[in-house]
Amino acid sequence: MTTPAIEVRDLVKRYRKGTANAVDGVSFDVEPGQFFALLGPNGAGKTTTIAILTTTLSPTSGTVRICGHDVVREASLVRRQAGIIFQNASLDMNLTGEENVRIHAILYNLYPYRPIYRLMPGAYRQQLRELADVVGLGADVFKPVKRLSGGMRRKLEIIRGLMHHPRVLFLDEPTSGLDTASRRNLWQYIRELRRRHDITICLTTHQLDEAEEADRVCILDHGHVVALGTPQHVKSQLAHDRLYIDALDRAALRSRLVEMQVPFSEDGVFVVELDGRTAHEVVRAIDEPLTVLRTESPTLEDAYLRILAAGDE
Amino acid sequence: MNDMNAVAAIASRDLVKFIRDPGRLVAALVFPAAMIFLLGGTLQLNLGKSAGFNFIAFTFTGFLGMTLFQSTAQGLTSLMDDRQNDFAQELFVSPISRYAIVFGKILGETAVAIAQVLPMVIFALILRVPLTANHIALLVPVALLSCFVGGAFGLLLLNTMSDNRAANQIFNFVFLPQYFLAGLISPINALPWYLAILSLISPMRYVIDLARGVVFNGSPDYRLVLETPATNIAVLFLMFAVFMIAGTTLFVRRETNR
Repeated sequence: MTTPAIEVRDLVKRYRKGTANAVDGVSFDVEPGQFFALLGPNGAGKTTTIAILTTTLSPTSGTVRICGHDVVREASLVRRQAGIIFQNASLDMNLTGEENVRIHAILYNLYPYRPIYRLMPGAYRQQLRELADVVGLGADVFKPVKRLSGGMRRKLEIIRGLMHHPRVLFLDEPTSGLDTASRRNLWQYIRELRRRHDITICLTTHQLDEAEEADRVCILDHGHVVALGTPQHVKSQLAHDRLYIDALDRAALRSRLVEMQVPFSEDGVFVVELDGRTAHEVVRAIDEPLTVLRTESPTLEDAYLRILAAGDE
Repeated sequence: MNDMNAVAAIASRDLVKFIRDPGRLVAALVFPAAMIFLLGGTLQLNLGKSAGFNFIAFTFTGFLGMTLFQSTAQGLTSLMDDRQNDFAQELFVSPISRYAIVFGKILGETAVAIAQVLPMVIFALILRVPLTANHIALLVPVALLSCFVGGAFGLLLLNTMSDNRAANQIFNFVFLPQYFLAGLISPINALPWYLAILSLISPMRYVIDLARGVVFNGSPDYRLVLETPATNIAVLFLMFAVFMIAGTTLFVRRETNR
């Protein structure tokens, strides 16, 4: 049996001045090489969970292991296995991109300290150039961070996060503050990195479309796990395919749908919840000539919103 | 070995930041000029003769000790800036000990403080403060000790602060009284008993007095020195140990128990 890349058991975190648990009995596993997405609204406990997983926060109770190492007792070993792209940029704006990467490489004991780039070992310079090319940063890595755009800074953080060949890469809302084009580019690079390096990715995001590609998703709300599984599983449990239809004789169509006892609503057109039926079964039972006919599969966002709405009720 | 490299990387980052900050570089030149040239000069002309000692040398040693001590202490609060700017996240998730982070910051801010006082020494030589090569050589270990005590003191203060605003308020409250209690610009050989007690617990007093003990050694102005250099060194080592142990323990605990 392989050791999970991430193993969380009954995790609880209550902040010192908190009146409720920020994370309340969370458990999940992530297998090596999986793309895992941690979702939830603001205050759901995502960032707290990530902070515990990355050893910057201590849990109140429960156990967390990264690649088999306990985050409390073996924090240093955990830190060697993990790469982190923080929600807020964690770059030193007074330095160049390369200087930021160099400090990281030295902190992770990859290379000895040298005061300037040219004195760094050839292996470092080669690794930096390769990673800069992979993420499309190229020679811009030598520019002062202040002069880099938001998207370029994110790429720089990815280079830095990958320098020590982490087995698990934590991405805490990596695209927040990025425009659409930068977001798309960044995900292209992350896909490419996954393909090349076969690393486990743990993502937290508000952008539900980013989690559609995940192998598994975990939705948190008020510190609890409210859904866990593949995106398909979560979607199928909570939302159904829909059929959008309309006809010239709308009254007849309405009567027919009532007769068929299928759940539907009217939103300009008739929206039929398929709920286990096929679109073909429904359409075959309708005699009225249709003017609109299309099907729609639910997105993760649909399922997510339903889960949160159910939680609020 | 890893921690040694990490300490060097963290320390050099602070020095690079200082060198690349034009505002801080200008301040490092203007501040000693204003303080020694203007303040020391006016005091020397108006009070120097009646007081019977070299006011410029007195002011120089005062500002030298104060700058080394306070600059390093205040520099440690950049750990707070880093936390707010989130660079500290990078430091705190790296597999180095928290002690390496603290030592790296203290060493870095020591280098910055020493770079800041170099123009001050040049100004002092221009203004004919009686500084020999021997004095300057002895001031090097004095400067290092002063900075280390300042850094350890800053680390201890850091644990009492929640943000930069709190830091500024606490620093004003902690440092301003020490200017007077440590004899920055005027002798404190005679003080009322309650101020004498406060003076005795001011770390800056021992830093400044040690610098004066070195510079005034063998001159008639040595009578202004409060304690022997050996006493000052012993007190400073003791303070360094206490501040460092308490400050690091509180810092590490605060970081992991957030």
